[in-house]
Amino acid sequence: MASTSLSQKSALAPNKVRKEARKFLSAPGLIFLVIVTQVPFAIAIYFSFTNWNLLRPNSRGFLGWDRMWRNFRRILANPDFYTVLWNTVYLTISIVIVTFLVGLLFALLLNRPFLGRGVARTLLISPFLIMPVAAAVLWKNVLLDPSFGLSAYLLKLVGINNFYLIEAFPMLSIIGIVSWQWTPFVMLILLAGLQSLPESTIEAARIDGASGIPMFRYIILPHLRRFIEIALLLETIFILNVFGVIFVTTTGGPGIRTTNLPYQIFLEAFSRWNVGRASAYGIFAVILANIVVVIFLQVLRNQNQEAAA
Amino acid sequence: MTLNRRKLLGSLLSILTLLLAFLMFFPILWMALTSLKTEALAISFPPRILFTPTLENWRVAILDSPFLEFMWNTVIITFFSILLALILGIPTAYAMAFYASKRTDSSMLWIMSTRMLPPAGVIVPIYIIFLRLNLLDTYLGLIILYAGMNFPLVVWMVRSFMLELPYEVLEAARLDGANLWQEFSQVILPLLIPGLAATALLAIIFTWNEFFLAVNLTTRDASPLSVYVSTFKAAQGNLFIAKMSAAATAAVIPVLIAGWLAQRQLVTGLTMGAVK
Repeated sequence: MASTSLSQKSALAPNKVRKEARKFLSAPGLIFLVIVTQVPFAIAIYFSFTNWNLLRPNSRGFLGWDRMWRNFRRILANPDFYTVLWNTVYLTISIVIVTFLVGLLFALLLNRPFLGRGVARTLLISPFLIMPVAAAVLWKNVLLDPSFGLSAYLLKLVGINNFYLIEAFPMLSIIGIVSWQWTPFVMLILLAGLQSLPESTIEAARIDGASGIPMFRYIILPHLRRFIEIALLLETIFILNVFGVIFVTTTGGPGIRTTNLPYQIFLEAFSRWNVGRASAYGIFAVILANIVVVIFLQVLRNQNQEAAA
Repeated sequence: MTLNRRKLLGSLLSILTLLLAFLMFFPILWMALTSLKTEALAISFPPRILFTPTLENWRVAILDSPFLEFMWNTVIITFFSILLALILGIPTAYAMAFYASKRTDSSMLWIMSTRMLPPAGVIVPIYIIFLRLNLLDTYLGLIILYAGMNFPLVVWMVRSFMLELPYEVLEAARLDGANLWQEFSQVILPLLIPGLAATALLAIIFTWNEFFLAVNLTTRDASPLSVYVSTFKAAQGNLFIAKMSAAATAAVIPVLIAGWLAQRQLVTGLTMGAVK
């Protein structure tokens, strides 16, 4: 009904009505988005200044202006926090490096016509599509189980017995599983980059005598730069949230050796029920992610300006 | 001679690529193969490649277990959250595409940035809100959150598809006196169907696989498949390796198919249109 009356007027006063139409059309979605994402974050900030623990119902309430930073101060004074922060950064950077190197190799290999290329591509993207907890269950129980897994057999072939890879190398196992899943992500974006390189550029370079490594170094790599930036920054933003694989394989252990920030928040919130401190940890997670998001948006803006210029 | 050598090198590279692709896919294939073995065969050394397949594990793991209840939860939550995201997102995308203003670019970037907010940063307030509103362990709770998660994807993708529509067609419709709704439903929507299908397929992948919100906000009644799969442990309960593989394979097949179908739009969707 409302849309009819709006557009009837549009013939008379297009500009004004268009403005109204824009608000009218985008408002419900934008209001919904604010309620679902920004409001909880605002509440998280408030909670981080409270002493609230769900196990102590009377503990609710603002800490007071003089003591409001208590949760943050306690977190910063706790050496475990730095271990968790380091785990998060170490995990993320390792995965980004591994997936970049392997993903680039796959992208280069796929960027030439050959029989079965479609099949290879389809097989290569599959690890990215399956649910992370299923991937973790598969690696933990079917492939790496110390007595029944495929790895037990392969290890036996080289003369090693009863060796539980996840227990021996918990962090490396998580890095391996997540890298297996995210390599296709990097590969797909870099492949799109390679395929957008004009044939004429390559041809011109070839006529000038470039091939092999110089071709890659001076022609392909500069063109790929913007795709590499987008792929790695986006990947970082999502890898900072790794949770399911840790939940299934190591539950953050042994001790806190594989606990990252999301897992720490999960423990504070849902096993210690400490609303205040979990929220404060959450603020750190948001700050960490936002550092990368800001860089990402800046890179996007710069690239758009370069493209426009 | 050089031509022959180049050809040989090319063939070797092709074989290497296929071999590496097979290696990456192997864990999934191994899971599927294990699901077709008997439990005894699944843990026998050396592992058997050739065997008589059995569907017994599938029958037990799917039909004699709560698998289908969880799958039903996932289907309902995925379907309605994507529907809600489309209902809210398409008009927003339309406004951003055809009624752009100076602020449109920054609005679009803001929409994108909400998708990048770490869920762990807001899980506590969401839990408390859900507790107060009786939304814990309900379909509605997860549907609302997943719609919020899919909204940026819908706006970015649908807008980019709208911008690719031929402008003359819209112009002609407006000159013919079509109102906003007629212009949308009779001109834009039919042209947009393939794009909407691709968007929905991508949204299915993210929603189907989500775990963090699901495990913290549901206990049993509304838990999706990802929560069920996460409880699988070797040699515990009555779910052994072959049956576990059957259930895990069944849980990932729908998304594998959605991903294979949406292959061409995968890159656009993953980067929210930053890379085409």
